[in-house]
Amino acid sequence: MQNPAIEYDYTVAKWFSYLAILFGIIGMGVGVWIAFELAFPELNYVAGEYTLFSRLRPLHTNAVAFGFTLSGIFATWYYVGQRVLKVSMAESKFLMAVGKLHFWLYFITILLAVVTLLTRYTTSKEYAQLEWPIDILVVIWWVLWGISIFGLIGIRREKTLYISLWYYIATFLGVAMLYLFNNMEVPTYFVAGMGDIMHSVSMYAGTNDAMVQWWYGHNAVAFVFTVPIIAMIYYYLPKESGQPVYSYKLSLLSFWGLMFVYLWAGGHHLIYSTVPDWMQTMGSVFSVILILPSWGSALNMLLTMKGEWGQLKENPLIKFMVLASTFYMLSTLEGPIQSIKSVNALAHFTDWIPGHVHDGTLGWVGFMIIAAIMHMAPRFYKREIYSKKLLEMQFWLQTTGIVLYFSSMWIAGITQGMMWRAVDQYGNLAYSFIDTVTVLHPYYTLRGIGGLFYFIGLFMWAYNFYKTMTAAKQIEKEPAFATPMAG
Amino acid sequence: MDPKFIQGVLYLVFIIFLTFILYGYIIHLYRSEKKGEKDYEKYGKLALDDELTSKPVEGIEEENKKESK
Repeated sequence: MQNPAIEYDYTVAKWFSYLAILFGIIGMGVGVWIAFELAFPELNYVAGEYTLFSRLRPLHTNAVAFGFTLSGIFATWYYVGQRVLKVSMAESKFLMAVGKLHFWLYFITILLAVVTLLTRYTTSKEYAQLEWPIDILVVIWWVLWGISIFGLIGIRREKTLYISLWYYIATFLGVAMLYLFNNMEVPTYFVAGMGDIMHSVSMYAGTNDAMVQWWYGHNAVAFVFTVPIIAMIYYYLPKESGQPVYSYKLSLLSFWGLMFVYLWAGGHHLIYSTVPDWMQTMGSVFSVILILPSWGSALNMLLTMKGEWGQLKENPLIKFMVLASTFYMLSTLEGPIQSIKSVNALAHFTDWIPGHVHDGTLGWVGFMIIAAIMHMAPRFYKREIYSKKLLEMQFWLQTTGIVLYFSSMWIAGITQGMMWRAVDQYGNLAYSFIDTVTVLHPYYTLRGIGGLFYFIGLFMWAYNFYKTMTAAKQIEKEPAFATPMAG
Repeated sequence: MDPKFIQGVLYLVFIIFLTFILYGYIIHLYRSEKKGEKDYEKYGKLALDDELTSKPVEGIEEENKKESK
């Protein structure tokens, strides 16, 4: 048997957890700011060009998706990977070095992303704004992550790969494929011999560019906001509750269903655009089918709690995770509804869309990462969670924030869509654009307040994590299931 | 023949084929469990019993030994 002196090594997992907190605060701070900019436009001009909505919006999306979420994904990988394979990173100097290099290159990349986006370097492709030198850096550390995944699998003691690992592997392969194809670009300086060395143009043009872009864009949602988060919940919810996953077979079926269906759904971003009609229909149809594997995973999680619902009352981490899977169900029902052509005619370009995105990202992605990191913290530092009360307060404050966010955006979006299409008896548009802006003002303010609640919750999380690390009561041995917390 | 008609038929055939694959996979999962070839549900323990000192659900070393026999 293995040497009992060896322990799991959480160094890299800890580092990525710090970054998740840091980039969560930066990314969502910018998000709250730009939410208020939409309600109070004068905020655009607080710091010259640097606070313009157009400059800050890509910063927000990149920082939350590729700063906060990816950090959470990597932190949990470097924790879950070791545990379900029953092998420590301390057993391989090579894999430890790869993990640390992965961390530092990633950190530098995201800092460069923040600086370049603020200084107006952008490809102007949504969620793929980073310019070509940064793209190359991304590829390098993505490959390092792959080496870490397959390297750890190579030295494992446990033969079978737990379902979470299937999802981490799918994340690795999916993003690699999407990222490479969508970021095919020509650095113009090397062709023209003039201009800015950072500038590039896409290798695709017109409608083709749009199709590749939304094949990427939607699957970025799949492979950054969905697949790795499912990887997390399949580990952390059973572990925290002490209940094995309700049906392992259902988890396998949902996995293959999700993998097959998701890749075809991106066309729903281009309904009523210049892409072929059959492709739009295919996007709609596959989006609707996507409900099945999504709900398969979510129900599997809720059923894992069967007979143990008392834990929901007692344990705030269970609250975070159960609400996360509930929000996952909500947004995977809402998305398909929005992708139906007739609904899309109303919903497209309205605030209902960011409403949908945020009940997924704040409720599902954010809550799952928060819960995962707070589950790990006592195992990192051999201390109990500093304050259960604070965690409870954070949960309720952030839940209220999400509800304010999506309910205001539902009302705003549908109002907006109805006003845009309203015509008088002669067929003239009933409202001008500014009429909609005036009507929407209170909802924009409410959305900003909702975001602010969530943002304040992040500081509660950061404080609780910091105090857990430094001042909470020490525990003698790693807890098997429920995370110990001080009142 | 109208290309739209061919497109429609192909689409239907494709859907039936995929449905067949999906149900085939479900049947495969349940049948291999019923025959005693596989016990999928035991893998749920991988998340719960995950100490470095825990006995693997299916250890690499044991499997290698089985194969060499």
